[in-house]
Amino acid sequence: MPEQPPEQRVKNFKEVPFGYTEELAKIESQRCLFCKKPLCIAGCPVEIDIPGFIKLIAEGDYIGAAKKLKETNSLPAVCGRVCPQEDQCEKVCILSKKYEPVAIGNLERFAADYEREAGEIEIPKIEKSTGKKVAIVGSGPAGLTVAGDLIKMGHQVTVFEALHKAGGVLVYGIPEFRLPKAIVQSEVDYLAKLGVEFKTSYVVGMLQTIDDLFASGYHAIFIGTGAGLPNFMKIPGENLNGIYSANEYLTRSNLMKAYSFPENDTPIFSGKNVAVLGGGNTAMDSVRTALRLGADNAYIVYRRSRTEMPARKDEIHHAEQEGVKFDFLTAPIKFHGTEDGWLKSMECIQMKLGEPDESGRRRPVPVEGSNYIMDVDTVIVAIGNSSNPLVPKTTPGLDINKWGNITADPETGQTSRRGVFAGGDIVTGGATVILAAGAGKKAARAIDAYLKTL
Amino acid sequence: MEKAKPGQFVILRIDEPGERIPMSIADLDKKNGILTIVFQEVGKSTAQLGSLKEGDSLADVVGPLGTPTHIEKYGNCVCVGGGIGIAPIHPVAKALKEVGNQVTSIIGARNKELLIMEEESRASCDNLIISTDDGSYGFHGFVTQVLAGILEKGEKVDFVFSVGPVLMMRALARVTLPYKVRTIISLNPIMVDGTGMCGACRVTVGNQTKFACVDGPDFDAHLVDFEELLKRQRMYLKEEKVAMDNFISKMDQSAHHHQSHKPS
Ligand SMILES: Cc1cc2nc3c(=O)[nH]c(=O)nc-3n(C[C@H](O)[C@H](O)[C@H](O)COP(=O)(O)OP(=O)(O)OC[C@H]3O[C@@H](n4cnc5c(N)ncnc54)[C@H](O)[C@@H]3O)c2cc1C
Ligand SMILES: Cc1cc2nc3c(=O)[nH]c(=O)nc-3n(C[C@H](O)[C@H](O)[C@H](O)COP(=O)(O)OP(=O)(O)OC[C@H]3O[C@@H](n4cnc5c(N)ncnc54)[C@H](O)[C@@H]3O)c2cc1C
Ligand code: SF4
Ligand code: FES
Repeated sequence: MPEQPPEQRVKNFKEVPFGYTEELAKIESQRCLFCKKPLCIAGCPVEIDIPGFIKLIAEGDYIGAAKKLKETNSLPAVCGRVCPQEDQCEKVCILSKKYEPVAIGNLERFAADYEREAGEIEIPKIEKSTGKKVAIVGSGPAGLTVAGDLIKMGHQVTVFEALHKAGGVLVYGIPEFRLPKAIVQSEVDYLAKLGVEFKTSYVVGMLQTIDDLFASGYHAIFIGTGAGLPNFMKIPGENLNGIYSANEYLTRSNLMKAYSFPENDTPIFSGKNVAVLGGGNTAMDSVRTALRLGADNAYIVYRRSRTEMPARKDEIHHAEQEGVKFDFLTAPIKFHGTEDGWLKSMECIQMKLGEPDESGRRRPVPVEGSNYIMDVDTVIVAIGNSSNPLVPKTTPGLDINKWGNITADPETGQTSRRGVFAGGDIVTGGATVILAAGAGKKAARAIDAYLKTL
Repeated sequence: MEKAKPGQFVILRIDEPGERIPMSIADLDKKNGILTIVFQEVGKSTAQLGSLKEGDSLADVVGPLGTPTHIEKYGNCVCVGGGIGIAPIHPVAKALKEVGNQVTSIIGARNKELLIMEEESRASCDNLIISTDDGSYGFHGFVTQVLAGILEKGEKVDFVFSVGPVLMMRALARVTLPYKVRTIISLNPIMVDGTGMCGACRVTVGNQTKFACVDGPDFDAHLVDFEELLKRQRMYLKEEKVAMDNFISKMDQSAHHHQSHKPS
């Protein structure tokens, strides 16, 4: 796909790939063999009719293709951009045995963008009002999906969001250069147009608890609060100035637009030598943000090796093109600071791969005596998130597991509390957009069924 | 906000490009739906907040946030408010008194002009003591000296609650430590979301990292790492100056603009 050249794009926050033109989309769609028994569908967590939508693109019915996508995926413009296709649909595409797989993600993005840009997103039929009220806590992909499905079924839907803007990680975490905020906003606007009520700056658990919401007339509640509690390394010196959690760094830059300080009030410290700890999408987003904020050197410091990095292949590739340096099999053990509390350097130790751990990946073990010092003025810790305990803590009878995730039936989202459903990262721990959206779809069906029993 | 309790705070944004500004809840009139905040103009955002006029509105306010101050019957309580910290001790003093504590409030400022909420403070405690750094009103000296005096006299103090500048709270912790008086202070590190999502507000308390916005803002004064807090609060000094200079020149420009329209 055509994209901004690396030397140009590291100086701006605009989206990197331009997206297909109609012509390119047609050509790519015609590579599909339209298999009788398509393997790709089984590779998609929500089983999109992939050959079906690609066929429509090949026939020039782009709006039809977008509609087909939306039958199973409420957020195709987002998923086309951020799904790990190389581990899902494209991985099992029959063509991938010999050639490049069909670029399913790019085609998904094309159809969804075409529909949005054509301004032809039609308002679907909304069922007659059922008189039932549903509260949705959290406006990430899980919450948005539940909201969209339930409003179409005729229920009254209110989404409560802690931050001042709806969208969850899609607005505060994933940067503009990978997922333009206008796309997320148009999804939210679309739901509002269907009649979903958004209450932003509303922290459930503080302002009202789940039980208060029931008392004020909601018949069912969906919890999609995500995995929003940043993990730290818990090593000496971690509270020095210049050390951020990825959540803070990305929130400042994305949600608060610190990249355009002082036009926007929120500041961010943009160091010259930046190390990002971790190997996932969050780490790639952080390190590429640091480059765009003016870092001379930006490093990924990852304790395993390249093959274990969980980030999307495209993003690793983009990061490399942009000049990010990768230090594999390296783990920080201590931060050193200046008199006045600023990060000066990071002490690291070399690792080697040992026996496989419970995740099946070979466990990194430190190499004795291999310590060395890296001069850095900024470190961004991107080693994952845990669940925010706020809602479970204030909801008696809501079961959680030992990691603090809410226990819910994977097929329905049903929790241990009657009328309370949950899905997305708050149930699975940090996962993916499509899994959160998929969980939302299932929960919406289950909530609808539950409301009919009342 | 019906649920708001003493010791909690809100986060507000003035306008769309605005930052998220944490502010303690100074008073809450639940009946009429009035939330009172009291603030000091220390930089761009608070200066802009101060420039708003009656009838202007904010972009958004979220709250209540934070763990409320633990209120119980301790016996003799002393609430110490320094500068702008006088505002947030007011609801705590009131709540302590309501559950039957004997409450002394010590409030202080640099000088008489800067002393706020004298009448409100008097009403929310049993005994009010005022101090000013320059002696222009009340006791000549710091609030911490007033508290030291009380403790030295051997008066029984069971609980101290305090809000104020970090240096003042550090001094206060040193005053009460030898007397082993339970001392709770409300910290104000730099915050962003205020819901435990970012870790900007991390403070070290008893050698453990805590997120002040959810684990606090109240902490045991004798366990807080004040040096770290002071350094972390200064993280954006350079940017804060840029923002302030920008704001002043913008205000100047609009002032000139106004003048040029005035008939001479
Ligand atoms: C930087 C980053 C990059 C990522 N990149 C990718 C990628 O490329 N591809 C991919 O598939 N996945 C990616 N992910 C993961 C993906 O974003 C998440 O799995 C997904 O967003 C989870 O969706 P969710 O709806 O469960 O929760 P979230 O998106 O986390 O949304 C939860 C929302 O609930 C709100 N909330 C929390 N508590 C409360 C409360 N008490 N009251 C009200 N509201 C509350 C939060 O403010 C938040 O807005 C990335 C994640 C991050 C952080
Ligand atoms: C829980 C809490 C309650 C508070 N209550 C009050 C109150 O009742 N009255 C009051 O006047 N002030 C209060 N503050 C402090 C107030 O939030 C800051 O003074 C304000 O954000 C400064 O913004 P500024 O742009 O005017 O100044 P700046 O020039 O940006 O900063 C001046 C100083 O304020 C602090 N500060 C800056 N940004 C933040 C931020 N996002 N969060 C916290 N501190 C920051 C920094 O230490 C900085 O050095 C409270 C802070 C916290 C964390
Ligand atoms: S949703 Fe994701 S996995 Fe499914 S077809 Fe689209 S890109 Fe592939
Ligand atoms: S302000 Fe973000 S975690 Fe406390």
